[in-house]
Amino acid sequence: MNKNYFEIIRAGINSTFQDLGRNHLYHIGIPFSGAMDNRNYLLANKLTGNNHNHPVIEFAYQGPHLKYHGNPINIAITGDVSFEIKKSDNLIDGKCYQSFILENNDELDIISTNKSVYGYLAISGMFDLKFQWSSCSINTKANIGSNNGKKLSDNQEINIKEINQSLVKTKLNYVNTKIENIRVIKGTNFDYFSEEGKKIFFKNKFKVSKLSDRMGMRLEGKKIENIVEPNIRSEGLIKGVIQLTADGFPIIMLSDHGTIGGYPKIGVVISADYDKLVQLTPGSSVKFQEVDLNSAETLFKLYDLETQNLISQI
Amino acid sequence: MIKNISNLGDAALYCDFGKEVNKETNTQVIKYFKTIKKKNILGVNNITPSYNKLIISFDLKKINFNKLKKIIDNIEITKSDNIQNKKFEIPVCCEKEFSLDIERLEEILNIKKEKIYENFFEKEFFCYMTGFIAGMPFLGDLDESLRAKRLDTPRVKVPKGSIGLTEQFANIYTFESPGGWNIIGNTPLNIFDNSKEKEPNLINPGDLVTFKRITKENYQNYHE
Repeated sequence: MNKNYFEIIRAGINSTFQDLGRNHLYHIGIPFSGAMDNRNYLLANKLTGNNHNHPVIEFAYQGPHLKYHGNPINIAITGDVSFEIKKSDNLIDGKCYQSFILENNDELDIISTNKSVYGYLAISGMFDLKFQWSSCSINTKANIGSNNGKKLSDNQEINIKEINQSLVKTKLNYVNTKIENIRVIKGTNFDYFSEEGKKIFFKNKFKVSKLSDRMGMRLEGKKIENIVEPNIRSEGLIKGVIQLTADGFPIIMLSDHGTIGGYPKIGVVISADYDKLVQLTPGSSVKFQEVDLNSAETLFKLYDLETQNLISQI
Repeated sequence: MIKNISNLGDAALYCDFGKEVNKETNTQVIKYFKTIKKKNILGVNNITPSYNKLIISFDLKKINFNKLKKIIDNIEITKSDNIQNKKFEIPVCCEKEFSLDIERLEEILNIKKEKIYENFFEKEFFCYMTGFIAGMPFLGDLDESLRAKRLDTPRVKVPKGSIGLTEQFANIYTFESPGGWNIIGNTPLNIFDNSKEKEPNLINPGDLVTFKRITKENYQNYHE
């Protein structure tokens, strides 16, 4: 057999190729992109025995249903995901954080993510993808990245360039935990808001709106009053920035965010909490908790150590 | 050196050049942007210049706020650090099908459309920044007679190539996107070419831009 590929029976809601994202392009308006949940991205690659951080398929809510054609290959799925593997003679109930072998004509049906948004499918090898600005990450709003910058669609094929020679069985005991408290550092326009508004921001709960995607997460809740000006002069953004729009509600910048924006910044989500933040489903409640820069740095070190520790257990 | 540097979250420096929006301030921002970019500082992910701010984001695994601030604090720009500005002439067609908001502008600015075009086309613009969407240049300053607020309800789709006006600025929609600027024409020129690995955007901060009015026939034949 000379060609290894997946046939897409059902593409899923928003299935894209993602990797570590692209840097050094904000100044021309090209966002970072990359896998939303970085830890689960790294674990998926390690579970499939890849030495490098290869592109994976990121899916949201409902994942793809794929039929595999080719030589045996390992796959692993990370996140909190229900999936099945259909072999000619049996049906395997999929488990996250362990490897499975797919053989010719096997089907992989990624049914849904559970109480989370994103999941990751990695293969032991490399998809055959075109890179753009040293990343394959797809930004569907700007049509940037592999697959012509578009999400996967039904009936297309995904070619595999390379399969690792040795297929090693791997498994990790890990459960994704959900958080409600998101830790933030005060933003550069924190003083734009009334005393009452600042209290609301740190004391009240907000609800994740349905209008959330890879670009941003909108929140609903009690209005926060701006006492200075509803707009600032447009300036740079980074992921995790919480802007307050003119209607008084927060919007958090996520990985595909516009590179500049003109709403005041009330806070910034700390790096250690970003992976958990993006997994909050519409309707979940969120509470912001203030931390200072020193604590944020320490919390990131802990988060990173934990990630490295998980990787080393595989 | 940059006087006012604070942190934006735990992984970015927020360099504040003041509140003013003018060429002098923005030129300082661009000079620092170019100087810092050339240094390829380990751990720096992105540097975003805007009217009067410069945001430097970094990889917290490689560097942190205090360490990077020390490096940036020691960066000086000298008088010889000129921003070499390129000049561009952008062809624009103002036929009715392209000038979606010209009637709205006539009404709110209270001047005739021919005068709007005259005041727009005689000006040379300075590119303050690019971004929001890939390659979109923010150009200033518009003649005072042409300054209007953005649309109350932004359009869901602004056509690619549209020339928009808002307050003291003009911009060019590099691809179809949502947007609320007042659209007065359309250029057949590709401002952002995402097939290019290097320099996909035509116009960079500090560049000078003039617009040239073209007929519909020129517009249609532009790529021939």
